[in-house]
Amino acid sequence: MRADLEIIREWIQPNSRLLDLGCGEGELLEYLIKEKQVKGYGIEINPDNITSCIEKGVNVIEKDIDKGLVSIRDGSFDTVVMSHALQTMHRPDLIVEEMLRIGKECIVTFPNFAHWRVRSYLSARGKMPVSKFLSYTWYNTPNIHFFTFKDFEELCVERNIHILDRTVVDHEHRHRWWIHLWPNMLGEIAIYRITR
Amino acid sequence: MPTEIPHDSVGLVSPQTLRFDTPLTLACGRSLDHYELVIETYGTLNADASNAVLICHALSGHHHVAGYHSMEDRKPGWWDSAVGPGKAIDTNRFFVVALNNLGGCHGSSGPNSLNPATGKPYGPDFPIVTVVDWVHSQARLADKLGIYQWAAVVGGSLGGMQALQWSITYPDRIRHCIVIAAAPKLSTQNIAFNEVARQAISKDPQFHNGHYYEHNQVPKTGLMLARMVGHITYLSEDGMREKFGRELRSGKINFDFNPQFQIESYLQYQGEQFSTAFDANTYLLMTKALDYFDPAADFDNNLTLALSQAQCQFFIASFTTDWRFSPERSREIVDALIDAGKDVCYTEIEAAHGHDAFLIPIPRYMEVFSAYMKRVHTGGGQ
Repeated sequence: MRADLEIIREWIQPNSRLLDLGCGEGELLEYLIKEKQVKGYGIEINPDNITSCIEKGVNVIEKDIDKGLVSIRDGSFDTVVMSHALQTMHRPDLIVEEMLRIGKECIVTFPNFAHWRVRSYLSARGKMPVSKFLSYTWYNTPNIHFFTFKDFEELCVERNIHILDRTVVDHEHRHRWWIHLWPNMLGEIAIYRITR
Repeated sequence: MPTEIPHDSVGLVSPQTLRFDTPLTLACGRSLDHYELVIETYGTLNADASNAVLICHALSGHHHVAGYHSMEDRKPGWWDSAVGPGKAIDTNRFFVVALNNLGGCHGSSGPNSLNPATGKPYGPDFPIVTVVDWVHSQARLADKLGIYQWAAVVGGSLGGMQALQWSITYPDRIRHCIVIAAAPKLSTQNIAFNEVARQAISKDPQFHNGHYYEHNQVPKTGLMLARMVGHITYLSEDGMREKFGRELRSGKINFDFNPQFQIESYLQYQGEQFSTAFDANTYLLMTKALDYFDPAADFDNNLTLALSQAQCQFFIASFTTDWRFSPERSREIVDALIDAGKDVCYTEIEAAHGHDAFLIPIPRYMEVFSAYMKRVHTGGGQ
């Protein structure tokens, strides 16, 4: 079980309507359909992932999220999730706004670019960090916006977005007590639950 | 001509004709007291009749979907690439039923069959049937075959519209609805193209107001023109350019009005072939069935409300270069299904072939289609 699924599960109401943006192979949806009997839809752009979702029995819609979600009605989902995809969006701020329009609550997870290992890589080597977790080079990375917990929370303040919950974990989505001593330095992944 | 039958073919098949004697009331208000439907079936119906798949055909299709009628056949059925042992619609798993729709010209009751009241061909007196009428006639066909609920109703283009209509008209009789390269209704432009085709046919001096059978004539030129204009809408601009470019048949410009570009002779050949194999009155009727299709019309023009009737799961597919029924049109269906809270998977296949792509075994298309049909077989889903 992926640890982040466990965390997200806590925030999902049984029998609710869920939209998973960038649902990948549909693990989260498959899990929540089984555990919480959600009515779930995934949006995905990668053809191989679409086939995987179909094989899993998950509802999947082939769509480029960057081209907008205008056809989805306001407040038509209880929860909209975007897991590890916000940094790949052309305009993350507009996507967050769209998520909040469609969903009553949103869950966003993203990698923290202010983690100490990233900071030390950049300051010591003077090069964009490449790690097992962020394994791309600067020119081919799908992660086109790097940001930190602080950056995201600033955006939330600016746009009047209410943070309901925040969890900070390591790269395997495990809780570590010491992360909470200095989350923006020690945390690798943030999981936010937000609303308007 | 197959020298031997490929291992993934349903093999040699033969059609059968079923007769129906209970009057069928049609959307136009008239009724057909007796009618016949020509069908083909592949695979075996299981004991509880739960593995039946209905394939609905498009404008010029018919009941001969897969396999060969004889070893002399030049080509197999029109969707042989998707139907057969181990193929997307796997005949080892499913009992596949295909028919020629009412109003067709391949053996089912239609304008070219005899009107029992007059002893002459119906011609233009055959009632204009709609997608809803077809669905009712297909339900009667299911009754006759001992099938209460289809595992899936599948169709491309106008066939997809029938599948969609099934989900609304007989919600408890369909488990999966598979709609490929279709639209929730025709666009103004679609209707405009259909009208050009109809004018070409009806203005042909050999049309005789649809009574050409009695004159032993066929409005060949009109039918040919109709097919040519239709065919342009089935291909994409890129696909046409790739296939024909501006190639000249003789290598040089001749300064006359004979076909010189390859595309000209290709269209003429297609039109010519079609005009010898298809009935003009059926063509008119099919284009009207297309124009009239609008399931939302009965529900305040609200597609979400129309599809709220459905109880089945949906698989919707479109093709990037299809401009006849573009991906946007499929997305209208998908959006309404999500809005209505129905289970739906949607894929948009990268393909250069335009609308025709739905008949072509593009690897990714066959892969997702197969994956979905496996789900139909195992009963998976939310």
